[in-house]
Parts: sequence; C-alpha cells; structure tokens
Amino acid sequence: MNPQNPKSAPRSMGRSISLNIGADDEIESLHAPSTRELFVGFLFLGLIGFGGVLPLARRMIVEERRWLAGDEFAELLGLCQFLPGGNIINLSVAIGLQFRGMAGACAALLGLIAAPSAIVIGLGVIYQRFNDSAIQHMFGGLAAAAAGLLVATALKMAMPIRRKPLAIAIALLFFMAIAVLRLPLLPTMLVLVPLSIFVTWRWIS
Amino acid sequence: MIAVLLSLAAIFSELSLLAFGGGNTILPEMQRQVVDLHHWMTAQDFSAMFALAQAAPGPNMMIVTLIGWRVAGWAGVLVTTLAKFGPSSILTGLTLHAWRRFKDAPWRRIVQAGLAPMTVGLVSASAWLITRSSDHGWSLGVITAVGALLIFKTRLHPLWVLAGGALIGLSGIGQL
Repeated sequence: MNPQNPKSAPRSMGRSISLNIGADDEIESLHAPSTRELFVGFLFLGLIGFGGVLPLARRMIVEERRWLAGDEFAELLGLCQFLPGGNIINLSVAIGLQFRGMAGACAALLGLIAAPSAIVIGLGVIYQRFNDSAIQHMFGGLAAAAAGLLVATALKMAMPIRRKPLAIAIALLFFMAIAVLRLPLLPTMLVLVPLSIFVTWRWIS
Repeated sequence: MIAVLLSLAAIFSELSLLAFGGGNTILPEMQRQVVDLHHWMTAQDFSAMFALAQAAPGPNMMIVTLIGWRVAGWAGVLVTTLAKFGPSSILTGLTLHAWRRFKDAPWRRIVQAGLAPMTVGLVSASAWLITRSSDHGWSLGVITAVGALLIFKTRLHPLWVLAGGALIGLSGIGQL
C-alpha cells in the first residue's frame, strides 16, 4: 500500500512546542494506516475504552501506532470538540477520512462502535429477560451509581465557570429551560445560543 | 413499524446535529422524546439504559443503540445508529478541510467559549433528570451522592463506582 502520509498540510506549527527531544525523528516515523488498520485500531479502542476513550485514543494514535504527530492530533481534536457529536466519534471519522477517504471513515467509525454495540445489546437483553428482583435490584444500584458519574461530570464541567457570574447565569437559563420547564432543545438553543455567544463576546472573553 | 422507524430516524438525526459538547448534553431531549412524547419506555427504563451504556466500553452514546433495540429490534438499532452518528459524521467530513483555515479565527474562539456555559447547563440538566428517575429511595440517593463525590474528588476509575453500585443494589440495601 501507500507508505507515505497522504496528508500534505504544512507542518509549520507545533514542532517547536514539542517537548520531545526526538521530535524530528518522531515526525519522520509516522505511519499512514490502511483501511484495515483503521478498523482494527478503533475496534481496539472501542473495546478497552471504559469511562472516557479520549486519553486512550491519544496514546494509541500518537504514541503507539504513530498515525499522527501530537500537534496534528490536537488540531483534529479541536475540530471534533467544536462540532456536534461525541469527540471520539468525530475523531474516528476525521482520521479515517484523512488517511483513506470515505472507506477509511466508515471503517474507523464501524470499528469504534461495533464491539460496544454488541456488548450494550447483550446487557439490554439481560436487563429485559431477567425479571427476578435480585437482578432488578442490581440494575437499580447500577443506575444510581451511573447517575453519580453524571453528577460528577457536571461538577467538573462547571468548575471553569464557577467565578464567572454571567456564564453561570446562562448555564442556569439552559438548566431551567431543559430540566425544569422541559422545553424542546432545538427552539431553546435557537434562542439561548445566540444570547450566550453575544454575552460571551461582549463581557466574558 | 415503518412509522416508528421514521420517528426514530427523525429524532436521532436532529439530536446528532444538536449534540454540541458531547452526548451528555442531549440526554434530556432524548428522554423527553422517548419517554414523554412517544411513551416507548418509562423514565426508570431510560435511566437503566443510560446506566447499561455507562457499564459498557466505548463511546458514551451507546444508549442510542440500546433505545433503538428496545423500541424496534435490530431494524431500530440500524436506524438509530445511522441517524445518531451519520449527520454529525458528515458534518465533520465536510468541515475537515475548512478547519485549518478557521481554527485560529477570532469568531471560532468566541463561538466555542459561548457554547461552554450551555454545555454546563445541559449536562447539569441531564444529571438532575437521570438522578431523579434513578433514585427511588434514600439509599439509592446515597449511592449517587457517594459515587459523584468519589469521581469528583479522587482519581478512582468510574468502573469501580458502577461495580460498587451494582453490588450494593444486588445486596438488597438499595430497596430501603
């Protein structure tokens, strides 16, 4: 196959911020994955990524398999965080597309969700089939713990804005609209997102 | 059946494009559609599915697959998966080449900073709604609170919290 990195974007930036002494060697030894390697790589990520795939994704893509240099990974991740959809889902599509076009994007995305889909459906079957109370109690405890994870995620995300009253006010508006008034998301966003961006532009940033 | 599949496709492709800040932000809208509007399951079932998806490896949006399967079997899995991951993936593909040009633009930073408070508000709404439909007694509430504190304050792996919650539930204490 094609051993060259098909991506020809200039690597003008980033090299200087790398703390790695062998940064140049690292860039030279990058490896452009085949469609098959994309599938297998993301299949692996999908299987081992419990509670946050991102740190593992960076280790695999940048350090172990050397598909991308650290700054290229950060750049793609920036795009994936900017756009809607899960970061890691978008990342699989972007990396697949960058190396092997449509086929690569499909291979990477399918690889990422294949194993988790099978596992989650298996768990769903257990949840539905076993109606005895012990299993139901177990799922009750699991659900309470999962709710705790979500509460922790919300707290961690709130930390950066905890000293910004305007940002807190906007977050509260969203919370009221969605959790208390149970308004539909699309109209809520159409009204509050422009407001949020305007306030951020004018007073926060 | 076709009508159900069409509804699933419409709901999840809209959610796909609204999921700024990741999957946890769209849980309330997903619950509103699936539980309140379409009555495909109870709020408690929805929370259980969220928990199952958390217990499985991979991206945190596997609840989508589970909802498709529960509502319309394998056809549902196919439709919800395509609808949830398709539109956002196409958008990613379309934006990929333009990104190098606008990633350093001032408006890009302002838009992203402007979306941050929204993400906080929406994830908090998710946490509130999921907690309300998961915790039916004080002991389940304690599991949620202790789990949240452990993850927030320590570097404990989330799987330990899930396993602990499941074991306490299995022991029957969760029914108090």
